[in-house]
Amino acid sequence: MNNSAASTSSGSGDVPAPRRNSNRPKYSRFTQQELPACKPILTPRWVITVFTLIGVIFVPIGVAALMASNKVVEIVYRYDAVCIHGNTKDEKVAYIQNANTSKTCIITLTVPKDMDQPIYVYYQLDNFYQNHRRYVKSRNDAQLKDSDKANDTSGCDPEKTTPDGSPILPCGLIAWSLFNDTYSFSIGNQNLTVNKVGISWKSDRDHKFGDNVFPRNFQNGTLKGGASLNESIPLSQQEDLIVWMRTAALPTFRKPYGKIEQNLRVNETITVIIQNYYNTYSFSGKKKLVLSTSSWLGGKNDFTGIAYLTIGGLCFFLATAFAVVYLVKPRYVLLQI
Amino acid sequence: MASHSVNPPEDSAAAEAAPNTVPPRRGSLSFRSRAERSSSETLSVEIMERSRSRPMASYASKRSDSDKLGSQREIDDDEARFVYINDPERSNLAARLPNNAIKTTKYTILTFLPRNLFEQFHRVAYIYFLILAGLNQVPQLGVFSPAASILPLAFVLGVTAVKDGYEDWRRSRSDRNENNRVALVLVPGDREFRPTPWKYVRVGEVIKVAADESIPCDMVLLATSDPAGVAYVQTINLDGESNLKTRYAKQEMQSTAPEALSGLIRCEKPNRNIYGFLASVNVDFPTGTAATKPVSLGQSNIILRGCELKNTSWVVGVAVYTGQDTKVMLNSSGAPSKRSRLESQMNREVILLAATLFALCSIVAILAGVWLVDHRHELDTLPYYRKQDLSEPQVGKYNYYGIGAETVFAFLMSVILFQVMIPIALYISMELVRLGQAFFMIQDKNMFDEATKTRFQCRALNINEDLGQIKYVFSDKTGTLTENKMEFRCASVRGVDYSHGEEESLFSSVSSGETRKPKTSVKIDPELMDAIKGGQGIEKANLARDFFLALATCNTVVPILVETPDPSVKLIDYQGESPDEQALVYAAAAYGFMLVERTSGHIVVDVLGERQRFNVLGLHEFDSDRKRMSVVIGFPDKTIKLFVKGADNSMFGVIRKNIDLDIIRETETNLHAYSSMGLRTLVIGMREFSIDVFEEWHSAYEKASQSLIGRAKLLRAVAANVERDLNILGASGIEDKLQQGVPEAIESLRQAGIKVWVLTGDKQETAISIGFSCKLLTREMTQIVINSNSKEACRKSLQDAASTARRLKAAPDSESTFSGTGSMQTPLALIIDGTSLVHILDTELEDELFEVATVCDVVLCCRVAPMQKAGIVTLIKNRTDDMTLAIGDGANDVSMIQMADVGIGISGQEGRQAVMASDFAMGQFRFLVPLLLVHGHWNYQRMAYMIMYNFYRNSVFVFLLFCVLYSVIYTALPTIIVGVLDKDVSRKTLLKYPKLYRAGQNNERYNLKLFVLTMMDSLWQSLTVFYIPYLAYRRSTIDGPSLGDLLILAVVLVVNIHLAMDVFQWNWITHASLWGCIVATIICVIIIDCIWMFPGYWAIFHIMGTRLFWACLFGILVASMVPRFTTKALTEYLMPSDVQLARELEKSEETNLSNSSEIPLSTFSQL
Repeated sequence: MNNSAASTSSGSGDVPAPRRNSNRPKYSRFTQQELPACKPILTPRWVITVFTLIGVIFVPIGVAALMASNKVVEIVYRYDAVCIHGNTKDEKVAYIQNANTSKTCIITLTVPKDMDQPIYVYYQLDNFYQNHRRYVKSRNDAQLKDSDKANDTSGCDPEKTTPDGSPILPCGLIAWSLFNDTYSFSIGNQNLTVNKVGISWKSDRDHKFGDNVFPRNFQNGTLKGGASLNESIPLSQQEDLIVWMRTAALPTFRKPYGKIEQNLRVNETITVIIQNYYNTYSFSGKKKLVLSTSSWLGGKNDFTGIAYLTIGGLCFFLATAFAVVYLVKPRYVLLQI
Repeated sequence: MASHSVNPPEDSAAAEAAPNTVPPRRGSLSFRSRAERSSSETLSVEIMERSRSRPMASYASKRSDSDKLGSQREIDDDEARFVYINDPERSNLAARLPNNAIKTTKYTILTFLPRNLFEQFHRVAYIYFLILAGLNQVPQLGVFSPAASILPLAFVLGVTAVKDGYEDWRRSRSDRNENNRVALVLVPGDREFRPTPWKYVRVGEVIKVAADESIPCDMVLLATSDPAGVAYVQTINLDGESNLKTRYAKQEMQSTAPEALSGLIRCEKPNRNIYGFLASVNVDFPTGTAATKPVSLGQSNIILRGCELKNTSWVVGVAVYTGQDTKVMLNSSGAPSKRSRLESQMNREVILLAATLFALCSIVAILAGVWLVDHRHELDTLPYYRKQDLSEPQVGKYNYYGIGAETVFAFLMSVILFQVMIPIALYISMELVRLGQAFFMIQDKNMFDEATKTRFQCRALNINEDLGQIKYVFSDKTGTLTENKMEFRCASVRGVDYSHGEEESLFSSVSSGETRKPKTSVKIDPELMDAIKGGQGIEKANLARDFFLALATCNTVVPILVETPDPSVKLIDYQGESPDEQALVYAAAAYGFMLVERTSGHIVVDVLGERQRFNVLGLHEFDSDRKRMSVVIGFPDKTIKLFVKGADNSMFGVIRKNIDLDIIRETETNLHAYSSMGLRTLVIGMREFSIDVFEEWHSAYEKASQSLIGRAKLLRAVAANVERDLNILGASGIEDKLQQGVPEAIESLRQAGIKVWVLTGDKQETAISIGFSCKLLTREMTQIVINSNSKEACRKSLQDAASTARRLKAAPDSESTFSGTGSMQTPLALIIDGTSLVHILDTELEDELFEVATVCDVVLCCRVAPMQKAGIVTLIKNRTDDMTLAIGDGANDVSMIQMADVGIGISGQEGRQAVMASDFAMGQFRFLVPLLLVHGHWNYQRMAYMIMYNFYRNSVFVFLLFCVLYSVIYTALPTIIVGVLDKDVSRKTLLKYPKLYRAGQNNERYNLKLFVLTMMDSLWQSLTVFYIPYLAYRRSTIDGPSLGDLLILAVVLVVNIHLAMDVFQWNWITHASLWGCIVATIICVIIIDCIWMFPGYWAIFHIMGTRLFWACLFGILVASMVPRFTTKALTEYLMPSDVQLARELEKSEETNLSNSSEIPLSTFSQL
């Protein structure tokens, strides 16, 4: 660059001659940056139209969503507090960790409104970070799918092997902490059947969990994290495990437990026998049992409807406001409004 | 000597437009006998000698311009360099002088890596990336692939290093070539010239240079092939002037054979002034006679490295300055690496973002620490944490190092997670965008020079966007504004205007079978030709002949014969220091008065086909007081005439007014017409000497010529005495041909708010007349002229100028508040010369100059040396944040080009130095308009938007805490496309309203306010993207990967819709890239979710099957865009920028929807 004036004249013979090419820039609309283009300009007419249009779309959707949410009947019962003995946290933990104490707990639920089948049964955990970075990593998908890779426990720390070194299948913290409370429902004397088949994703059953992979060395360690698995059932049929292993996105989450495939009438009383095994007491987690119908928009949640109504309303307001601005302070706009 | 004048507007143009014709240099070609001249040189030494003993004599400082530079001070022994002719050992004994090798490289093999890296790490962001790359190597943080994290940085650094290395290698290669060129050096013992590489040449050695060779170092002439000691050099690489300069060997040394010569030269220490040299020589005569009196040496006795010897078969000289000491090397400043303004501004935001990042990470770390402390007893068994590792018989710890360490790791991990806050992808995108922009600039057919078939060249890739923010343009004159071709255009003979050059001249001089033709032909006016051919007795014809005879004789031009393929035809090339004189002589030749030969005593002119010999009885050189020159010619018929030519204001004072009043009036009218056409005018007069007058003059002239003291002053008095009662012959108009479109270009630039300064090596008068012809100066302007030759005088001039400026600016200012525009003000022009600048630059007077100069609308600097050009650029650069651009074509512009923020070289004409040093090169000055107003505007607009958008996009992501992949692949392409293709306003509109350029000058598209607003917008958008799904999916069975898919799609849609809202023009490429990017993202997500190994297997299909997903997506899009859309609509309506108005105008013109012709201009904001 600073081939200063010193290296001049014949000294600059090594410098390539200026590009004196006869091929001068070819004219094309692209190279001259003159491609035909649409040049949108935010005219008042456009602005008002856009806002109005959004309002027109959003408000009805919001109303429909609210109505759908209202139609959903949901029974939520928090049982972790009633199904335990002891006052302090330590006492509770000691109680639940003691293999000899009775974990059975009977509660009753009243149906507030008619519930049409299918009624979904969920368990809901609060304050359980299934999305923790240490937790979500602690699994090995190859091991779950392929029986040949049963010994592959990489990435499963700190639940790779038993103390004597035999590989755990399924390994990792996720599987280890498998939820193990059970519920049985009855109305009067009549047992309510809970269908637990098909609660997991078909794609998971078919492709993620092998049908010839059986649990081994699972929950054999000194520290039990949760449920044990029947070693004679292949993983692809262990739907509770499959559901559990699809880790939740948020710290408060529900997981499908089963479906009740019969209608429940208003004011019917459901008796639930809970086996309260799962230890959430050590980290003050809550456990809830949820029975819910569903709508076209999913479960009970007013947020979507309210959000849509708010946005729609705001847009209507803005449309009006802009109309006022344009009328009150007209600027010479070069385009027709 | 201070002459500060504020000319009234009326006479300023006419007064200043007339150029002088003979350069005011001591020792310029004079055709007295050689011996006489050299004695005059000796005389001037005596003057110097005398003046040493007492305060500087007034006449000593009254010498011509070039002397003022040099002879201001005496050389003390401390400040002197002693050069012993032909004795390099002794010359180099006292001080270690450099050898003649030059080095322009930046690096050596050893220093390349550290120094290059050091320079590259001036980018704050690179340090950040380096820290990150280091962090990625910490194993505890469990980064996926530590090695891969270094790759992007290594790639960016590597590419730049290779580029820098290649450039430096090319420099070193050219240095090597230069250093190994061979010169003939006299070996002291051998008395014989031996070829020696340039790099071994030492001070004191005697060197022989042959015709057309380059001069290896600065050397004092000892002897030349011409018996009178004349040598011609071309100095184009030094000062950009292409004509030949005359240099002399001192008679004292010329008379001795160089091999036998010895002596001592005392010269000043190396300095940058190429127009001055101060030295004296004591020659030892071989006969052993005692050393003579010191002979003074000046500017005309030295030939400088970089020049070429012309029309002289050889010269012998002694090296006085070598290698890095040579004036040309001292005048070449190193190329500073340039960084675009936008990028340096970006550094500020990078630091800001880094602080935000630090804050975010600290919050994360503190919260993590608090949580850990809270749960410290449960960590062992906590299902989702469990630090106990039971795999071994001994209970171990899984990835846990204590609360303190975990907190630190949480901090570091979040740094890695949030690292895209400062996007390395941005730096890569910027490079790509610049490449694209460079492509479009090169391809622009409006910047293709048809004449030289040269394209626009982008030599620097990293300052494209600076073109959109220029506030000062520093332009060279010769070769940049003008074509450097003087053309004779008009003649006014006896008050009759002849300005219709139509016919080809047919004249050629034939003698002894040899035809001689002028090299350049001039179109002639048939009417004038007829007038010349008129009968002998007619007065009109006689006067016309005298007019052309005056043109052919009253000058210092040397005719040089050039061979042609046809042996019987030779071309006459008129060489001289003044291009005006050349043009006049060519014109005279075209009308049949061909100067064929010139010797010291006579001139041979081919008068209408007949050779005549005229005796030159006396020549009065041009000086800046008289502003004219004259020559006394003895005609073959024994009549004696005095021909005078000079600037009109000086000539009309000495013209006989009592007769020919009509003619004088007519001539004045013609002159006015010529100068308003931008022509350089000269008035020609004649006086016929009677014998008495001649005798009187002759004795006075002889006496003055032989006078020992004050010869120049005496000669001037003689001239002034005789140059009176002249008959007016006529006037001439010469066009310094401007390049095509220069006045229009300057006007456009001025409207765009760009200040155009012209820095030229030319004389003041020339500079001013060019200023007028290129519409830089106008008649309404008040000129402030600063010509001072001492610091005190400069200070006073500047103070006067400042007060004048204040007065003129202040008065109309109060009125302008009512009129609303500043156009009522008197425009000011500052004209300053190089001598004054010597005293101003690098002293405390710089501030005052800066104040005056910035008030003035136009600044013209004349007679400036290359380094002063750079000095003026620095003056502005150091005191304002405004962007500067320098444009020039010659080697003398190199330092200025390198100093300015943007350097532009004019290619295709002469040397390649300017182009080599430039950032951009183009064929014509007028291309500056499309370059700045169109491409600069677009580049700036695009780059500013892209940077802002990148920050926005990445911060959306960071605020969202998301997966790393997306920022690189999913959303980079549309930005780059928009960064290359989008344009706010069309070329046509930009050229029509240069005012739109001010967007860049005012940093409208990239500033802190905009940055903060954008960041707030991005915060809002990330909040909506996160919280809408969060609240909608609260207490649901949603799994991590599904929610992740929703968020990715939402983010990609949001950032692309955001981009779509900001796109000005939608062409198919924009459509394809934007929508294509969204589709590509969806496809990517789908592909990833089809791999069973990943936890997200099939998640996208599940979630897309739910209506809540679509409801969320749609809701996010609208909610995140509402604030931006509202603000945009409001500002565009209520506070539209000029660009916005122009867009509306453009659109309305296209659609012809409304009566657009009424308002447009007045709606532009008043700036």
